[in-house]
Amino acid sequence: MKILPRIPPVVAQRLAVTGLWTLTAVVLATLGLIILFILWRGLPHVTWGFLTSGPGGIDEEGGILPMIVGTALVAGIGVLVAAPIGVGTAIYLTEYTREGRLTALIRFGADCLAGIPSIIFGMFGFAFFGITLHMGYSILSGALTLALMVLPTIVRTSEEAIRAVPRSYRDVSFGLGSSRWQMVTHVVLRCALPGIATGVVLSLGRAISETAVVMLTSGSSIGMPHSVFDSVRTLALHFYTIAQEFGPTPQAYATAAVLILSVLLINITAYYLMRRFVTRVR
Amino acid sequence: MRQDKIIRVLLTAVALTAIAGLALITIFLFAEGVPFIWKTGAREFFLSDDWKPTVSEHNPVPHFGILAMIVGSLEVTAGAMIVGVTLSMACAIVLTQFCPARLAAVLKPAIELLAGIPSVVYGFMGVVTLAPFISEHFGGGNGQCVLAASIVLGVMALPTITSISVDALQAVPRSYFEGAVAMGATRWQTTTMVMLRAARSGIVAAIILGMGRAIGETMAVIMIAGNSIMIPHSLLDPVRTLTANIALEIGDAAPQHREALFATGVTLFVIIMVLNSIALVVSRRRAGSAAS
Repeated sequence: MKILPRIPPVVAQRLAVTGLWTLTAVVLATLGLIILFILWRGLPHVTWGFLTSGPGGIDEEGGILPMIVGTALVAGIGVLVAAPIGVGTAIYLTEYTREGRLTALIRFGADCLAGIPSIIFGMFGFAFFGITLHMGYSILSGALTLALMVLPTIVRTSEEAIRAVPRSYRDVSFGLGSSRWQMVTHVVLRCALPGIATGVVLSLGRAISETAVVMLTSGSSIGMPHSVFDSVRTLALHFYTIAQEFGPTPQAYATAAVLILSVLLINITAYYLMRRFVTRVR
Repeated sequence: MRQDKIIRVLLTAVALTAIAGLALITIFLFAEGVPFIWKTGAREFFLSDDWKPTVSEHNPVPHFGILAMIVGSLEVTAGAMIVGVTLSMACAIVLTQFCPARLAAVLKPAIELLAGIPSVVYGFMGVVTLAPFISEHFGGGNGQCVLAASIVLGVMALPTITSISVDALQAVPRSYFEGAVAMGATRWQTTTMVMLRAARSGIVAAIILGMGRAIGETMAVIMIAGNSIMIPHSLLDPVRTLTANIALEIGDAAPQHREALFATGVTLFVIIMVLNSIALVVSRRRAGSAAS
């Protein structure tokens, strides 16, 4: 027998819901705080000169143009390498094979890659591309390592997008006498394109935000790169470096603001593409 | 049809990239790290907290013991899970049970946006807001400590845990919900007694994957954890994790030191793989039970 009076279920529900909503509000407030705080402190210092000049004598001064170029090259090449491989894998898994040992192995590989922490990708890139293949600290070494890192995301989102294409579309295409490859390129890929693009765009966001990998593979040279074998410092790494060495300076905030804005823009694009895909498949 | 055959072969080759990459990473890591563990002795490497990798006048023989970092990683991850699981469960329950669908459609992408914020920004926010707060109210140095790292990592693991838990809760058949409500249960009773129980294995998988995120995070942890090589005795002590140890030292490590860092990487890799396999088995079991 319980001696304490039981809390009536309706009261318990009210208490629980209040508590849960409070915690959810804390999470949303944290998100808002991070974004607004960085933009508030940083945006006033993001001037045209800041975006279009290189760092001054020491890194805490001057602009971030080489870092913007470096980030675009490392992340851009990385995603450009990963996208065809990822989409190809997804096409193979959905259109060219039945579920069996080989598909299980491929899925296992992608799942494991997705779980590996970025620092291990970084170490691998440092040792394999940097030392074994003699690329040193370079754009290419960073891009290839990032490609491996974002590959599982592209495979998974592309596979989901391709599977969402109705079976009847494929049947019609075959019925009209097309080969499998024609069916894939003319029907499946065309329908799944916004869904695939969502995954690619999200991967670009991850590649831009990534810091540990580029620190170990692309180095931290602040000069303007002349070829893919030059070392560059990405925006995220530049932000990390000045924040660690000089603390919260206006340059640090401004760099973070540029970084946050590009990530926001990328995520909004991905969200928009996804909505378009969902309405199209329906 | 010859064209189709060529394409099939090409696509098979492309599809094997992921597994080839995984194999390459594993081989590289183990080839460099495992002989070192063998040479140093597993007992010395894993069970000593004496890490003095560089040879100097005061330190003629280098010492490579990573116990302090193992304990550090585990402690910070445990703390992150307390913070992360509490917040994510609240978000997942609110989003699936107590929130109009229209509002949920806005809130879910907002929470997923948290995953897109770069880890260096999290670390930085921790340094400029959380660390001063902790050092002011609880004392203890500059506030870069286990507690601060746990909170930052908890928030960083939150989007992973929330979005997988939301999927698990949404996959519970509608009839379970209707059955409970028809018997006169309140929504909250339905949530705790029926929905959370039915989604249990998905939620466990979500938590384990979140744990992997927290233990593998590097940059934010370097910025906020203080990085002293010592076994922390309180929440306000600074701490160095396995990931931080690698990132801080690999840039200019001598060959033997580099091998030691790869051995640290092997340790981290094994921990993560064990966690991921558990998550995989748990979520497989869910798929199996849903089918039956």
